[in-house]
Amino acid sequence: MSYIAGQYDVAVIGAGHAGIEAALACARMGLKTIIFAINLDTVGNMPCNPSIGGTGKGHLVREIDALGGEMGKAADKTFLQSKMLNRGKGPAVYSIRVQSDRRKYQEYMKQTLEQQENLHVKQAEIINIGFDDKKVKSVTTHIGATYHVKAAIIASGTFLKGKVIIGDVGYESGPDGLFPARELSGCLLEQGVKLMRFKTGTPSRVLASSLDFDAMEVQKGDDKIQPFSFDTIDVGENVVDCYVTYTNQNTHKVIMDNIHRSPLYSGVIEGVGPRYCPSIEDKVMRFKDKERHQIFIEPMGLNTEEMYVQGMSSSLPEDVQIAMLKTIKGLENVVVTRTAYAIEYDCVDATQLYPTLEFKEIEGLYGAGQFNGSSGYEEAACQGLIAGINAALKIKGEEPLILGRNTSYIGTLIDDLVTKGTKEPYRMMTSRSEYRLLLRQDNADQRMMPIGHKIGLVSDERYENMLKKQEMIKNEIERLESVTVAPSKELNDMLEQINTTKITTGFKLMELLKRPEVTYEMLEIVDKQRPNLPESVKEQVEITAKYEGYIKRQLAQVEAFKKLENKKLPEDVDYMSIQGLRIEARQKLNAIRPVSLGQASRITGVSPADIAVLVIYLEQWSRKNKE
Amino acid sequence: MSTIAAISTPFGSGGIAVIRISGHEAFCVADKFFVCQKAKRLFEVDANTVHYGKVYDKDKKIIDNAVVTVFKAPHSFTGEDTVEISCHGGILIAKKVLKSAIDHGAVLAQRGEFTKRAFLNGKMDLSQAEGVIDLINSVSDRGAEAAVFQLEGRLSEKINVMRNKLLNLAAHLQAYVDFPEEEIEELGTENISLLLSEIISECEKLIKSADYGKILKDGIPVAVIGKPNVGKSSLLNCLSGEEKAIVTNVAGTTRDIVEEYISIDGFAVKLMDTAGIRKTEDLVESIGVKKSVEAAKKASFVLAVFDGSKPFDNEDREILDFIKDKKALIVLNKSDLGSVNNINGIKMSAKSGEGFDELIEQMKEMISSGENKDGEVITNERHYECLVKCLKHLNEAFSAAKGGMMLDMIGIDIELSIEALGEIVGLTVSEEIVDKVFHNFCLGK
Repeated sequence: MSYIAGQYDVAVIGAGHAGIEAALACARMGLKTIIFAINLDTVGNMPCNPSIGGTGKGHLVREIDALGGEMGKAADKTFLQSKMLNRGKGPAVYSIRVQSDRRKYQEYMKQTLEQQENLHVKQAEIINIGFDDKKVKSVTTHIGATYHVKAAIIASGTFLKGKVIIGDVGYESGPDGLFPARELSGCLLEQGVKLMRFKTGTPSRVLASSLDFDAMEVQKGDDKIQPFSFDTIDVGENVVDCYVTYTNQNTHKVIMDNIHRSPLYSGVIEGVGPRYCPSIEDKVMRFKDKERHQIFIEPMGLNTEEMYVQGMSSSLPEDVQIAMLKTIKGLENVVVTRTAYAIEYDCVDATQLYPTLEFKEIEGLYGAGQFNGSSGYEEAACQGLIAGINAALKIKGEEPLILGRNTSYIGTLIDDLVTKGTKEPYRMMTSRSEYRLLLRQDNADQRMMPIGHKIGLVSDERYENMLKKQEMIKNEIERLESVTVAPSKELNDMLEQINTTKITTGFKLMELLKRPEVTYEMLEIVDKQRPNLPESVKEQVEITAKYEGYIKRQLAQVEAFKKLENKKLPEDVDYMSIQGLRIEARQKLNAIRPVSLGQASRITGVSPADIAVLVIYLEQWSRKNKE
Repeated sequence: MSTIAAISTPFGSGGIAVIRISGHEAFCVADKFFVCQKAKRLFEVDANTVHYGKVYDKDKKIIDNAVVTVFKAPHSFTGEDTVEISCHGGILIAKKVLKSAIDHGAVLAQRGEFTKRAFLNGKMDLSQAEGVIDLINSVSDRGAEAAVFQLEGRLSEKINVMRNKLLNLAAHLQAYVDFPEEEIEELGTENISLLLSEIISECEKLIKSADYGKILKDGIPVAVIGKPNVGKSSLLNCLSGEEKAIVTNVAGTTRDIVEEYISIDGFAVKLMDTAGIRKTEDLVESIGVKKSVEAAKKASFVLAVFDGSKPFDNEDREILDFIKDKKALIVLNKSDLGSVNNINGIKMSAKSGEGFDELIEQMKEMISSGENKDGEVITNERHYECLVKCLKHLNEAFSAAKGGMMLDMIGIDIELSIEALGEIVGLTVSEEIVDKVFHNFCLGK
């Protein structure tokens, strides 16, 4: 029996990292929102590695934070160890990564949802979405409660028709032993939604007391911790260590001897897995020359003895897993608490979505996170945020929010997904952004906060703080450009020490700071009048000085990019009838329906020649419209 | 798009000439001035059929008897409805037929416009289209060779090899940056700059080949200098007469220099003749020398012509002095009138033809010493610009690596250089680097 359980503006299906941000954004933008999870004890769960951030991902977290999302704050409050990766490789690729207390993170998120005004948190599986002429009307739970809604955001992670595979054993399951969502896929297929089958995996968890940490290398966190969130004042400290060990020839022999028992090689697994997250058997098979593979041992939390074995993702049978773990130094007496597994799940071909993450063919239906073919908590969270914001904006009758590739990693990620689609779970990497010298994690606040403020997710106070920071940066740059220092023994000794040319005439401080070897700190000895500035301001000043030429060039690239982005393609173009377009291009364009010439140019299968034809078509179209 | 028309056979005399009309109204236009013997309208006939009939001008006067071939869209060179009128050879008739086509509604085609349409209608890709245009524009057999070479995609091959090296480098840097905790070897700025300098020199070589490519297309410039009355004109007549290969006869950029094309060993040679400037007797002698200097500067080599039957005067010596450090052939003309000079040169008589073979042999040697034997030649302006852009970014990356800049900045220029090369072969960059990263390195948790 079904009954009408209530009326909401937005229903969010799934309370993982995408669902959380989507629900919070909607509720905070004033919409009556309900969020569903199959099990409320696993809100914001980390079914794979207990960490937030990393290369490219750290950028996403900072952008989420600056737009008014929650992930950065939660990560700052619940981390165990923090590190800035890639120091020494350039500020564009610096990335924060923290080890999280998995349980504390979940509790933080669950309580944040519960305390949020306008938001109803509900334990239930959604088995059906009701439509009214290709428009979302309602959602129905497995126990027959129907909620009338204006929009629904699917953030189903790996739950849709989830299937766990370990060796020759396969069973229907969500991640971490949770129930899968068996029904929802069917209702989407009925609406003509194209689904794909992806695969991902996770390594085993082992008991800390069974490991010999003395046999491994220790990995410490940074001395000076940088938080994710603009608002975090108390940065906290590292409370745990991680460890590094390695596989060896014995490990590889165990794997090779049993490779016929791997479902990957026997053909049991059909889903497409990510290349950056290969199982250990995959690594050993593909890179036979490699003598060892690196393994990280990471704590799962302060109130548990479980450790995560990064690098040992596997879908080999349990007995083989245990045998191979025991060959590893420090793991000889390992006790496994959770067995590594591969999981297959349904996801959507994201080219069916607009850059707002709304389905092109179904009004009011949005997708976010792994459901859209991505992988990773951070990738999921940022999509949840954008889907939530756009669902809210649409219901409020406001302009949608589409972030360009030139503005953010979030914009780059979404553009990649909805324009090119993905053949494997999509992970963010710094190399995916052609404008990465501009889109740094250190200036995410300046890039994103004006947008977050405009849509109402960033408070006036927070926004003004950012403006104040911007003002300080500007003033300090102007000061450095105007202050001249005379050559002095003190200064020249210092310059000599860092192997850069001594000065013989007066030099502007800015000119000195532009030298690769010179830091802002070093100049203090000759810059007695300098104001007392926050670290984040000094950092911006230094980066601006050092990378000025490159930043200018990238800005010029952005201008060129915008020209094509601003050439909007009319919504009702019949690409199939445009003379001169190659057949493949016609089909691709017709399926993806790009919003601009720029987006069209990024579609795989659309060549520069096709773009030339489109330029001509646009020209004719606009002439005709003028007449 | 309008219906266009042009003479499609080479300019000059020949057995037949072909006038091509292409576009939506091609049949309609042709029907207005071509009447089939069998009284059928062209728009009614089948595709790929041939029809005999008469071509009229706008005053209904017969121009010629002609054969017309009908192609229907999309099965034609341009992908549009096309009519090809084969009339009798000779410039005059072909021009009259073309004029009639234009009088009856066609628009004169721009240079390369048929190819452009073929490209826009998806009949060929960008690189092929550019090859065809170069083929049309090149004046010599060798130029045609380079164009064909490009058509066959060998330039693409060369570019792809360079591009692949850069892709591997970018992928390595990217893997190192995006997977900081994996055991990926740090390349070090030394290695990076070494790899870059290798590709920089390849790129420079290709860019340099563009000079040669230009020569292939435009002809090898050769300046003919000398005083009046030493027999330059007869020498020119001799050269062009013997080879019977005057391609065209056009005034040069300075109206005072006459350019004449001859073909030697398959190369187009552009003779820049300063002879024409001296016809007015009242011009002072020094102007002639000045013009010769100008022509010689633009030339690959110089033919310095002297009257070998007379002793050298001051002006002769001035010319000798001028060519001393230039690539030049000294021609001592009028050997039939005797030889009074012991200067080393080709003794010949333009009048009797004596020594002519030696002149040709020596010119061939001059030409082949300047020949680019490696094969890859850039003949296309857009390709050239892409390579220059690529080189610029490679140099930026190189100096960033040398100057101790951080990896993120070095990487950006490497990617931009890959993008520039990709523009030549029509490939985009980002996905490929990601693919390489996973192909070349063992990564992941």
